[in-house]
Amino acid sequence: MNTSHFFVTGDPMIYGADASIVLVTLAIVFYLSYFKKWGWLWREWITTVDHKKIGIMYLLASLIMLFRGGVDAILMRLQLAIPNNHFLPSEHYNEIFTTHGTIMILFMAMPFMFALFNMVVPLQIGARDVAFPMLNAVSFWLFFIGAMLFNISFVIGGSADAGWLSYPPLSENQFSPGPGQNFWIWGIQISGIGSLATGINFIVTILKMRTPSMRLREMPLFSWSVLSASIAILGVFPILTGTLLMLTIDRLLGGHFFTMDAGGNPMMYVNFIWMWGHPEVYIVVLPAFGVYSEIVATFSRKRIFGYSSMVFSMIAISVVSYYTWAHHFFTMGAGADVNIVFAVCTMIIAIPTGVKVFNWLFTMFRGRIRVTQPMLWFYAFVPTFLVGGATGVMLAAAPADYQYHNSYFLIAHFHQVLIGGVVFGYLAGLYYWWPKLFGFKLNDRLGKWAFWLWQIGFYVCFMPQYALGFMGMTRRMYTYNQTMGWDMGWAPLNFISTIGAFLMGICFIFQAWQIIYSIKHGERDVTGDAWDGRTLEWSIPSPPPVYNFAILPTAKGRDTWWYQKQEMKQDGYKKEPVTFEAIHMPKNTGIPFIMAIFWFIAGFGFTFQWNWMGIIGLIGVAGTLFARSFQYDTDYWITAEEVEQTEKALGRL
Amino acid sequence: MSNHENHGSIKAYITGFMFSIVLTVIPLVLVLNHLLAKTALEVSILLAAVLQFVIQLFFFMHIKDGEGPRYNVMALILGIVFVVTIAAGTIWIMTFNSQVQ
Repeated sequence: MNTSHFFVTGDPMIYGADASIVLVTLAIVFYLSYFKKWGWLWREWITTVDHKKIGIMYLLASLIMLFRGGVDAILMRLQLAIPNNHFLPSEHYNEIFTTHGTIMILFMAMPFMFALFNMVVPLQIGARDVAFPMLNAVSFWLFFIGAMLFNISFVIGGSADAGWLSYPPLSENQFSPGPGQNFWIWGIQISGIGSLATGINFIVTILKMRTPSMRLREMPLFSWSVLSASIAILGVFPILTGTLLMLTIDRLLGGHFFTMDAGGNPMMYVNFIWMWGHPEVYIVVLPAFGVYSEIVATFSRKRIFGYSSMVFSMIAISVVSYYTWAHHFFTMGAGADVNIVFAVCTMIIAIPTGVKVFNWLFTMFRGRIRVTQPMLWFYAFVPTFLVGGATGVMLAAAPADYQYHNSYFLIAHFHQVLIGGVVFGYLAGLYYWWPKLFGFKLNDRLGKWAFWLWQIGFYVCFMPQYALGFMGMTRRMYTYNQTMGWDMGWAPLNFISTIGAFLMGICFIFQAWQIIYSIKHGERDVTGDAWDGRTLEWSIPSPPPVYNFAILPTAKGRDTWWYQKQEMKQDGYKKEPVTFEAIHMPKNTGIPFIMAIFWFIAGFGFTFQWNWMGIIGLIGVAGTLFARSFQYDTDYWITAEEVEQTEKALGRL
Repeated sequence: MSNHENHGSIKAYITGFMFSIVLTVIPLVLVLNHLLAKTALEVSILLAAVLQFVIQLFFFMHIKDGEGPRYNVMALILGIVFVVTIAAGTIWIMTFNSQVQ
């Protein structure tokens, strides 16, 4: 392969990207060298096994990916703004809608979710770290390296262009030769292994690492949502791994799982990928439900209404979501019996979801509500998710789906639930727990600008798309002609939609500015309890010390910190004298990072079908596993005096 | 931190490994050499898969070990639900294949 094929050439935007990647890399290298920060980077971040730092790294990576996916979205909307547009070449347009979908779901929503898992769960259940801290670091680095492998495809080798789920036969060698499709496979494959490990990690953490006095049925609802999402991860990510492996065998070794000939069946891929893909969207939305439960209770100063029904509905969602996948291919023609069962299961999911919405509303009823930034996002979520859910039930009606299938109506629907449910939820969680992790609140004024622009931008962007769907515009359409544009009325709606996309783009700038501004000027929180919270994470300093809890907290029922505070306010409350004990902690390790580098080598090699390189990478992965099993010095003790000094320095004694 | 449980013996691991290899090779040989009729072939592949599942559980997943059977039983039920959904659901949905091909 010569270099003119190795590097993507011919598009001025790609050259611009090349230049900016080189410049940013040089700037980072210069900064780290000039300020002698390499050692700091290695010791404090790359080798860390601390769940809080891993959470922050997940957050940072997902915000960068949000930017990349957002730029893709803007480019697509620019292309569609007017009829007969030739802003992007058609191949480039195909690449962009593929990378937009893949990045937003797998490299933005998933890591944002894992950021919240890591930042909150151990603190909320009174644990000092997750159950498997080193595996947690492995998960992060596998995600990160998978995302990087996927992202370099747009300057090296060319991006995948077969859609975000890459249906065969289009994604087979016959129609998608070259490395682009392989980048997609290996990027997702590697990060998917990390996601599965995170799921296992948090199931074990929640079941086994809770502070001894916390009972499962008194656990905060966010942790419950993490548990139910993790169980769903455990069930479906192996299917993704297996499906991608079969596609790899087809492409790399000439297999026939999903080809059109030799006994293969492309629809089998569609069946498998949605068996993962549908629960996947519930995986990302369940933690958002958990976030709302925490926020609504805190800012209404009330216990959550209907705790048990909240838990039950989350478990119900994670179970039933496993039985809805065929609604993505009603039009395949599997027969009325199959379609009816899956249509009914899909509609059933609306019931537990509705229960949750009513519970939140009843929690607010007669509560003393404070309208803060997290609460604003909750307000926005309710109507947005309601409309998204209603259009979802429309799509779930199998006969009607023959009309909506793959139209812009569908596009509008899933953006409405994913933005209205997931993105609003995660942003609410980000604003809510930001002071816990960083010790300051994010600026209110800039946040409100971003919030209102998000709301206006969202509705301006996606409402016209429902109409466009009814008018017959299908998804992945590269351009449309004058007749459709002006005579059939597509052009004005598309143009309005593009304006909305730009408004949302401006929001991102506001939010980036908000973070940078608040680092310097944000309202500092010295109490550790920035919002007058109810759960255990607010009982410790912000940011928490490395060991989180100097003494494992005693949980007395639900909202334990709230009642503890009431007790502390009473007359005659005496602080019990504390005696510190040595704390057992995991040691940092470079193995997760090194293992991820070898995964990158393996993925890159197989992508270009340089099998020697792929095999070297896999040997390296096995080698790091081997090396780890002979590492015996993996933990250390923080002495009681050290704990006491730290607590004193934090003003806790 | 000294409550390390029984993690199995080398002999058990090797036996399990041999079993799982054999159970992988049998369907491969059957398919590659066209040894059986279609229905018989499908049944044998499924049978080998079920046996493989059992082998994995006993030799690698330590289903018999552990501090209490409660978690094991719950995890096992969950796993069976997953597997049955995947296999039975797929077979059911894809039966349309016989009508269109």
